[in-house]
Amino acid sequence: MIVVIDYNIGNVRSVCNAFRHIGCDIQLSRAPDTVERALGLVLPGVAAFGYAIEALGSAAELVRQAAAAGKPVLGICVGYQMLFEESSEYGPHQGLGLVKGKVVALPAGQVVPHMGWNRVDLPGDMDLFSDLGESKHFYFAHSYYAQPGDERAKVAYTDYGFALPAAIQKDNIYGVQFHPEKSGRQGLKVLQNFYDLCRRRA
Amino acid sequence: MLTKRIIPCLDVKDNRVVKGVNFLNLRDAGDPVELGARYSDTGADELVFLDITATIRSRKTIVDMVERVAKNVFIPFTVGGGVQSVEQIDELLRSGAEKVSVNTAAVQNPNLIAEAARRFGNQCVVLAIDARRSKARPGHWQVCVKAGSEPTDLDVVEWAAHGEELGAGEILLTSMDADGTLAGYDNELNKAVSDAVNIPVIASGGAGNLDHLYDAITLGGADAVLMASITHFGDFTITQMKEHLRDRGLPMNL
Repeated sequence: MIVVIDYNIGNVRSVCNAFRHIGCDIQLSRAPDTVERALGLVLPGVAAFGYAIEALGSAAELVRQAAAAGKPVLGICVGYQMLFEESSEYGPHQGLGLVKGKVVALPAGQVVPHMGWNRVDLPGDMDLFSDLGESKHFYFAHSYYAQPGDERAKVAYTDYGFALPAAIQKDNIYGVQFHPEKSGRQGLKVLQNFYDLCRRRA
Repeated sequence: MLTKRIIPCLDVKDNRVVKGVNFLNLRDAGDPVELGARYSDTGADELVFLDITATIRSRKTIVDMVERVAKNVFIPFTVGGGVQSVEQIDELLRSGAEKVSVNTAAVQNPNLIAEAARRFGNQCVVLAIDARRSKARPGHWQVCVKAGSEPTDLDVVEWAAHGEELGAGEILLTSMDADGTLAGYDNELNKAVSDAVNIPVIASGGAGNLDHLYDAITLGGADAVLMASITHFGDFTITQMKEHLRDRGLPMNL
């Protein structure tokens, strides 16, 4: 069973729908005993960083504990951004600090939000991208982006006038800036890959 | 670089997808959830569902449909048709839509766009415009409301620019003259509007072959092309459209 962390924020339902569609046993919860039993955790997210981290509240500690115990954690969009140390969106906010790096505004000169389908170059050694080839398009919708500063993290990039980090993997911590639950077949495959790696580890 | 988008449009009446010519003579094109799921599986970039029944009684039906669509469609989708209020927009977004389009209600109350953009973000608000060539003023288009049945005094290009100022994140621009004719998009219209705004313009109405799609993007300046007849009735698959555009040099999600 995979647990999607329930913290009353948008797109949670879409993420659950997509996992159910691929035949994954999924539960929306923030109950410590349910999170304890999960093979892996998913941290979805839309809205502003500060709002999301506040809404996450005490569940942040559950995510940190699961991460420290080696449980696979997948952050999506703002959920991915929250994996980092801090964000400057509407003032400084602390993140979960599971990956070194910070979240900053997209640079001037590009249309903001970065919204639509963009091609991500897929490193062969990132688990989420197994069997997806060298590159695929994914659906993005965001105005801030993470700058990973962690030498232990693998990073996949997309081109948005500069090399924009689109996904990370650090040990058991995974994150994607794009929305796999809205990226058609290839997006469902990313979720399938996460589900598979959770089951392999169990 | 962002890709150009292929967006099938599903006009929904009494829980069925229908398609007409110049907004009339509707033909049945299937179940909205099944058809939506098929497009999601076969590579469409986004979908638009327009409730063309749009009566008070149909509101609950459309929310139910959106919830069922969200369980089967894994690409972004927009819902519109008869949307009157910020509360209705909220309900549709909560039911699983990424974006909601407003048309008649925005003409009657432009503040609806501003309110919705403030509350949900510009990216959630699509301004849909039904445009008809003006007989009185050549080279101009009139905004029509109530499913195209009622012409207004608004000029399409001015209204689109005003919509952007108010906070619309995208313009869904339908040529009533071209709609369903398969004779090509009105690219003068598309060009006039895409030159006047910085937000993406979705060209709609008139797609009949693959070159029409290319022309709407290159001549019309559209960021996305919307179509119904040529894909619902099986003339072209999504992949055929995308391969054609890619082979002619456009960035596509393939």
